[in-house]
Amino acid sequence: MALPPHISAGPAGGSSRTPVYALVGNPNCGKSTLFNALTGLKQKVGNYPGVTVEKKVGTAYSQHGQPMTVIDLPGAYSLAARSPDEAVTRDVLLGRRSDTAQPDRILCIVDATNLERNLYLVHQILDLGRPVILVVNMMDLAAQAGLSLRLSQLENQLGIPVIPCEAANGRGIIELRLAMSRPDLPLSRHAWAVPAPIAPAIAEIQASLISHDHKGPLIARAEALLLLTDQDSVRVAGSTPLHPRTAEILRTWEKRWNDEGTDWAGSLVNSRYDAIGRLAAEVVLQSGTSGPTTSDKIDAVATHPLWGWLVLGAVMLLLFLSIFTLAEYPMNWIDAHVAALANAVKGAMAPGDLRDLITDGAIAGVGGVIIFLPQILILFFFIGLLESTGYMARAAFIMDRLMSRVGLNGKSFIPLLSSYACAIPGIMATRTIEDSKDRLVTILVAPLMSCSARLPVYLLMIAALVPGDRVPLLTKVGIMLLMYALGTVGAFGFAWLFKRTLLKGAPPLMIMELPPYRLPRLRDVALHMIERAWIFLRRAGTVILGISIVLWFLTAYPKAPADATPAQQLAQSFAGRAGHLLEPAIKPLGFDWQIGIGLITSFAAREVFVSTMGVVFNTESSDKDTTPLRKAMLAARWPDGRMLFTPLTCITLMIFYVFAMQCMSTIAVVKRETNGWKWPIFQTAYMTGTAWILSLVVYQAGRGLGF
Amino acid sequence: MAVLLKLSELAVGASATIREFPKTGPAFVRLREMGLLAGTPVTLVRTAPMGDPIEIKLRGYHLTLRKSEAEHVLVESAS
Repeated sequence: MALPPHISAGPAGGSSRTPVYALVGNPNCGKSTLFNALTGLKQKVGNYPGVTVEKKVGTAYSQHGQPMTVIDLPGAYSLAARSPDEAVTRDVLLGRRSDTAQPDRILCIVDATNLERNLYLVHQILDLGRPVILVVNMMDLAAQAGLSLRLSQLENQLGIPVIPCEAANGRGIIELRLAMSRPDLPLSRHAWAVPAPIAPAIAEIQASLISHDHKGPLIARAEALLLLTDQDSVRVAGSTPLHPRTAEILRTWEKRWNDEGTDWAGSLVNSRYDAIGRLAAEVVLQSGTSGPTTSDKIDAVATHPLWGWLVLGAVMLLLFLSIFTLAEYPMNWIDAHVAALANAVKGAMAPGDLRDLITDGAIAGVGGVIIFLPQILILFFFIGLLESTGYMARAAFIMDRLMSRVGLNGKSFIPLLSSYACAIPGIMATRTIEDSKDRLVTILVAPLMSCSARLPVYLLMIAALVPGDRVPLLTKVGIMLLMYALGTVGAFGFAWLFKRTLLKGAPPLMIMELPPYRLPRLRDVALHMIERAWIFLRRAGTVILGISIVLWFLTAYPKAPADATPAQQLAQSFAGRAGHLLEPAIKPLGFDWQIGIGLITSFAAREVFVSTMGVVFNTESSDKDTTPLRKAMLAARWPDGRMLFTPLTCITLMIFYVFAMQCMSTIAVVKRETNGWKWPIFQTAYMTGTAWILSLVVYQAGRGLGF
Repeated sequence: MAVLLKLSELAVGASATIREFPKTGPAFVRLREMGLLAGTPVTLVRTAPMGDPIEIKLRGYHLTLRKSEAEHVLVESAS
């Protein structure tokens, strides 16, 4: 038999082009660890155009030092995609994406402890007619579980190289590199019987794919097989659609089978598993009876009806404690160094607008955002840790019932919870949610969870609210908890509303693997954390710098006379005028134009409200001690002599901050995660609108009641 | 003839064999691709603290699904 052209003429045939390997495997099989082991730090992380699926490409070196490109495709259980991640994996392998060339060779990684289910994906991939290397990972864990694998038997049956491996401790990597360096790789000789009733359909669809969609014969057969399992298929941007003729043939067959009652998709899956079962029976030997595993023992506690909640609570408490205590030191350090840098620039440059632009605009603005970087890093680290140990799946398992009340599933829990510290890591963590509507709903409501930047605002308001120099701790905590509760109820309320109206969809599924607990690989977790933080800085950085400069300009121009105080300068600047312009809209909420300025500058980050009030009321006070500012605020009056910061106004202002979207970094991240301006604009509008309406209701009701 | 019961009604710790499975619906295609097929032995490991979803063990690994899906899968108890 003549080899199909893509193999005989491919790089395996001696071309000088760098060979491209695709790395595929189920989630939780150690794919990222293998990718890191193969490519070291030589990786590039980006996005597939049009979809928010991460594209990771790295370079590995053959035994002779020749570079080989490795694309780390998103983890998938099947090529019949159920999520955007799986759709990208399927489309790259089928050559449906114009932005990514079809890989020459495929590295399939499977979990040795769970060979049967892992082989399902491999079985689909062998159909593609590309050279495949099978990496059987976690051989050590399989041995511990009393499994002995006869891999030579597997190699024999499939006719492709099978490499035993322990990616976590580097065993098998050299052998894998050697196999990858082979100029020729055999094609699989595995054959399996397609169920007779659907064989004619496969032939017809294959023929159409060859003639109309211009596919090679083997890949056309593989795609035909997939199209029959791929009901309700997930289509993503950047994927080449089927030729109408092919789509019509597919529809005709499906209609016919529906009428006849033929279970075409099910019988295909059955045939594959029959073939896999026969393979596994020859390869996997279970020696001895297996008692409860370590994972079983941990889960007996971690998902226990009572202890499960305590463990979850303890893990979350630990997370928040470390965010607020550990982050404090680097945050102070950053604060001091940003101030020092601004001072150095002040000393080095002649006074003038350019100097002020750099120090008060760029440095202060960007500094105000990177001060949250330690918190963001710690959160990313924790999320990575929860994912790699396997606890994340348990948290989703425990919380699913609660989340289902508002139409989400358990996977939305961690992103929402993280948003209590900062919405940015929370929103970036929604990528684990498969359903795109669920993911969007989670992104839309995440910023309603009170983040740490709101804390200084709450604290200042509580200080102004309660008479006397010392606020009783109980009052402080009570009001604070009330605000957190308000945000949480708001988030769930809006999630419920969006799932019923705007983003209506089928109730989400909760078909999820509970992987065995594993010791985290700190290197992989750290790498992941740095990757995420870098993405945030790079993507949000330009937006943050731009808005910081605009905000500076608004407060610095037009110039007041030279002898004016900072408060007078601010009062007559564009921001001050905007505050006046805004006053008719916010007066019904009990806010005057001075508070209006604070609302505008809060866009840099919500806590900027505190320093803006410091300038507005001409007081020198630090974040730690707001007593002078509090006194100045309490002395502030409306022109008619009424007190400005009445207790009612303070409460209203806090409620406004709970709901309003005032964070340019979040807006920048939402834009990236939703691929456009539509959703961040909608989010800003609905959140700020809600904030306005609720503040209005509370203030007017309070006034009516005589407060 | 053995009595069939719903997978969602299986007792915690009990083992059974899958017998009947809905033909259509993306959830059920995916469940089959995860290895849940007619003839597959499963064990109900536990239910989540609030009673739903359930955790089952099959083919050497653990899988969760909601009761709303599990009630469409019929199993034959092993005892």
